[in-house]
Parts: sequence; C-alpha cells; structure tokens
Amino acid sequence: MTAVRDPLGRPPALLLLPAVLAVALLTVPLVALVGQTDWAGLPERLATPALREALWLSVLTSTLAMVACLLLGLPLAWLLAKVEFRGRGLVRALITVPLVLPPVVAGIALRAAFGRSGWLGEPVLDLTGFAFPYTTWGVVLAHTFVCLPFVVISIEGGFRSAGSQYDAAAATLGAGRWTTFRRVTVPLALPGIVAGMVLGWARSLGEFGATITFNGNYPGTTQTMPTLIYIARQSDVETAQALSLVMLAISVLVLVALRDRWLGTVKA
Amino acid sequence: MSTPPEVRDPGLDPGLDLALTVPGRLDVALRAEPGEVLAVIGPNGAGKTTLLHALTGLVPARGHARLAGRDLLAEPVRERQVGLVFQDQVLFPHLSALENVAFGLRARGTPRAEARRAAAAWLERVGLADLATRRPRQLSGGQAQRVAIARALVTDPDLLLLDEPMAGLDVGVAADLRVELRRHLAGFAGVTVLVTHDALDALTLATRVVVLEAGRVAQEGPPEEVAARPRTEHVARLVGLNVVRHDGRLAAFRPSDVTLSLERPTGSARLVWHGPVRTLAPHGDAVRVQVAAHPDLIADVTPLAARDLALEPGTEVWLAVKATAVATYAAEAPGNP
Repeated sequence: MTAVRDPLGRPPALLLLPAVLAVALLTVPLVALVGQTDWAGLPERLATPALREALWLSVLTSTLAMVACLLLGLPLAWLLAKVEFRGRGLVRALITVPLVLPPVVAGIALRAAFGRSGWLGEPVLDLTGFAFPYTTWGVVLAHTFVCLPFVVISIEGGFRSAGSQYDAAAATLGAGRWTTFRRVTVPLALPGIVAGMVLGWARSLGEFGATITFNGNYPGTTQTMPTLIYIARQSDVETAQALSLVMLAISVLVLVALRDRWLGTVKA
Repeated sequence: MSTPPEVRDPGLDPGLDLALTVPGRLDVALRAEPGEVLAVIGPNGAGKTTLLHALTGLVPARGHARLAGRDLLAEPVRERQVGLVFQDQVLFPHLSALENVAFGLRARGTPRAEARRAAAAWLERVGLADLATRRPRQLSGGQAQRVAIARALVTDPDLLLLDEPMAGLDVGVAADLRVELRRHLAGFAGVTVLVTHDALDALTLATRVVVLEAGRVAQEGPPEEVAARPRTEHVARLVGLNVVRHDGRLAAFRPSDVTLSLERPTGSARLVWHGPVRTLAPHGDAVRVQVAAHPDLIADVTPLAARDLALEPGTEVWLAVKATAVATYAAEAPGNP
C-alpha cells in the first residue's frame, strides 16, 4: 500500500502500525477460512439435506423477522424521530437494552415471557394450544427481538438525516401526518430504511445465542445455519468450515449489494 | 387601501387581523385587507420569519390571527389554508416539479389527473411548462423559486406568505422574478405577507411596509412614506438615507446632499458633524463615504473630490447639510407610545 502524498505530512508510525494490525486482525481469519477450505471435498460436504434445510430455514426466518421488524420498527422509528412525547428518551433507552444484551440472556428473557410457563406464553398456550419455543415461529420471534432495536435505530437515523423541513412544507400544503409519512417522510428516508433492513437481515442470519437458548436445535424446525455450524464443529471441523464459507459468501454478497447505500448512509 | 369599507363584524371581516406573541421573539399587532401586499422588513433576528411561521402554525404563538372570520391560531397547520413559500424553497427532492406543485391539491383530496392538470397550468403560468418532469436539484435557483411559488398558489390559499423569495438569486434573475411575482400578486385576491431584505422588493411589490425590530412593529405605512421618513437605522440604511435625531424629532437627508470638507464649513442654516472616515466604497458614479460622526453618516462625493481631499480611512472630515435638504418628522408613529 503506497500512501498518497499528503500535504500535511506522513502519518506517524504510532498511528499507522495499530491501524494496519487492526486490518490484519479483521481479515486474516477470513482469509484463513477460505485458504484452509478443502475445495475438492466441498461439493460433497455441502450437498447434504441438513445444510439445505438449515440454509432455507435461516433465509426464511431472517426474512420473516425483517418483515416483522419493518411492520413494528418503521412506526416506532417514526414516532421516535418525528413526534415529541413525554418519555421519548426512556423509550429509546429501553429499546436499546436488547442491543447490548448478550444474546443468550435474550433467549432466557424470551423464555420468561413467551416460554410455555412464561407471562405471555402460558395464557397463549392455554387459549390457543400454541407455544413459541422449539418452533420456527420461535426462531422468528428470537430474531425479531434481537434485530428490532438495530433496525429501529437505523431507520430513525434515516428519518432524522432527511430533515424535518419537508414535513413542515407538506403540512402547510394541507397534508395530514399519514399522507406526509407515505408521500414525503418514507420516500426521503428510503436509503436509510433499506440499509437498516438489509443489515438487520444479515444480523438476523447470524443470530445464534438467543435462538438456540429459546428454541434448541431441531433440524428442519429450529436448526439455522449458525446452530448447524456449531453442532458440526463438535464432530467434523472440515464440514463446519465448509458451512462457514457459505455464510461468509452470503455476508460478502450482502455488503456488495448494499455498498453504495450503506456507504452513503455512513457519509450522511 | 382602495378596498371599499367592510362591515366591521369580526365574523364577516374578510381581512387579516392579528395580534401575535411568541415569547421572547415576537409581539405584533397588524391588519391587512384582502389584496394587500404587506412587506415585512427589518434586521436579522427581528422576528420576520417567526411571524410567518407563527401564521402557518409551525411556530406556536399566543393571541389571535383572524382571517375571513376564522382564527388561524385555533386550527392545525394543515387546515389553515396558508400558502408558505419557504426561504430555501423546501421543494420535495424526490418529486418532479409537476408533482411538487400538485402535492397540495393531492393532499387535500383532489383526484390525481385533475391535480396534475392544475399543476401543469400553474407551471405554464410561471414559464416552466417544459421543465415539469425535472427534479428540484436539476432546476436553477430562479426556477426552483418559481416552482415554490406555483406550489403555494395552486392551492388557492386564503393567505400567502413569502419568505425572502429573491434571496440567493443573481441580480438579473431576481429582477425578472420580481416583475413576475408582481403579476402573480396582482392576481391574488387574499392577503400577502412578504418578508424581504431588499428595499426594492418592498417598494415595488408592497402596498404597505411593516418594519420589525426586536420582535415589535417599529414603523408601518405606505412604502414611499417609510422610504422617505424611516424611523429606524435599519430602514435608513436600506433605502440609503441618513437619519439623525434632531431636537427630539428625526431628520432624514440624502447622502448626495451632504457636503464633505476638511475644514469646518462656514455659512448658516446648516447641520454640521465631525469625525473620521470609516470606509470608502464606489456607489454608482460616486464614492460613498461612511463617517464615524456620532451617529455614523454617509456622504456621496465625486471620485475627483475624493482624490483631491485625499480621503482614506481615518481622515478627519466635516459633514454639512443644508436645512432645506432635510426632512424632519416625529420620532414615533402617531398613537404608538
């Protein structure tokens, strides 16, 4: 890497060296993962029903979780960005807690609420005979719980960076808040919304702790890619590596697909 | 104005009658008849934009703003039927010029095709028919301002508010727009409130001028009167007059009527000041000299005179003006404590 001639002078080694180390720390493991892959045996390792099922389940539950995050998160993000109400700071603080919560703890907390004997889980079970844990819906619930704060905060940022003067202009032109939301606020914040959704989806795809704690690891119903990799690693490291390669490929694809919008959002 | 006298029943009063208070920023009472164009001028921070935003409801205000028998302050922003042309236009960047103009009609429930027809007609009136599909960022400043004016007028508002519509435009563009705006305002039946920094806007577009200072009305009257007898330093500067307090009254005189000399002038019936030159700047054919004479005064001299007198910042000079060139008038508006 040759530094572009900087009129302010060369970057000091004290800053340059740690920066290079940081890049190495983040890239070497991924390169090693690719480098150690047994390419010849790869098709055979990947052509298993377990992988097909887990991959399909991961994509399905992550997508459903994103639909839930959009339906619940978009209105909440709008409320936080555009409406002044008492306790707004408290609400924002509350929804941030799951963001920093260890996912395993999230799984235990979900049990307390939605488990078969949980606060909400028990009455729902008595009423309908349905319980979330150990079902695909349980996986969606865990993913939504973990990703919703992430999506809400991204979208709220999108709403804020679009500015409030357009909402004001729409109001003076006779638009109610719903019309303004539909025709002005959302279209203007669309890049932020899309970025939030895609990153949320990628985050959801990798969700492991809350899912396995809340739903266990049943092939076909609750075994997603991360749990499959975790199980495979215990018996067969090479298969675990092959599966991880698939996840890495998906992650890179997501980033490439999102590159312009994501970088644009960061700049804004 | 020329409007016939109306029945002074607040329920039938077709004009605008307001008394607005925004704590710490604005405290004004004004009246305007339909068809009137009120120019609001004043220094930065005087409360001009606050007045407009209080009328639209974007800034909460106390008091009343009765318009054609209803009190605007009692209504939410979107029901006020007040058209606002924002200082920086605030056109919707994701919508075409046509969709921007049609927005207000669509928001009030006009069917799409009809709204688009009306919007296209207005774009035609402001001379932008062939730019209908352009996005705001593809428009020049003058074009964007025309779209903003069309967007406000297409909804047929009861009250039209313009916040510095010529600000940031090139001189030639502003001149064209001013002529055009004059035509649109002549065809607008409601009350117009025009906030401006520009004496020319106030003189050419307004039927009445309101001078705001520190949130209060400092002067109000026909443009020619406010321009000839300014009561505030700000307006005096705006119209290029010197205004001084003299014997408890105000005295206004033109910079070109001021005689500048290095020695104390002799002769009678003159007002005389003394002080150092602060700045020199070209002004038309003349050189405009600002003198720190308590108060600051301006004098226009010929370039030749400026050279002969070797004027430069710091030069001590005498200023004199003949009493016959001075208009004196009361310092306060009648009935204004």
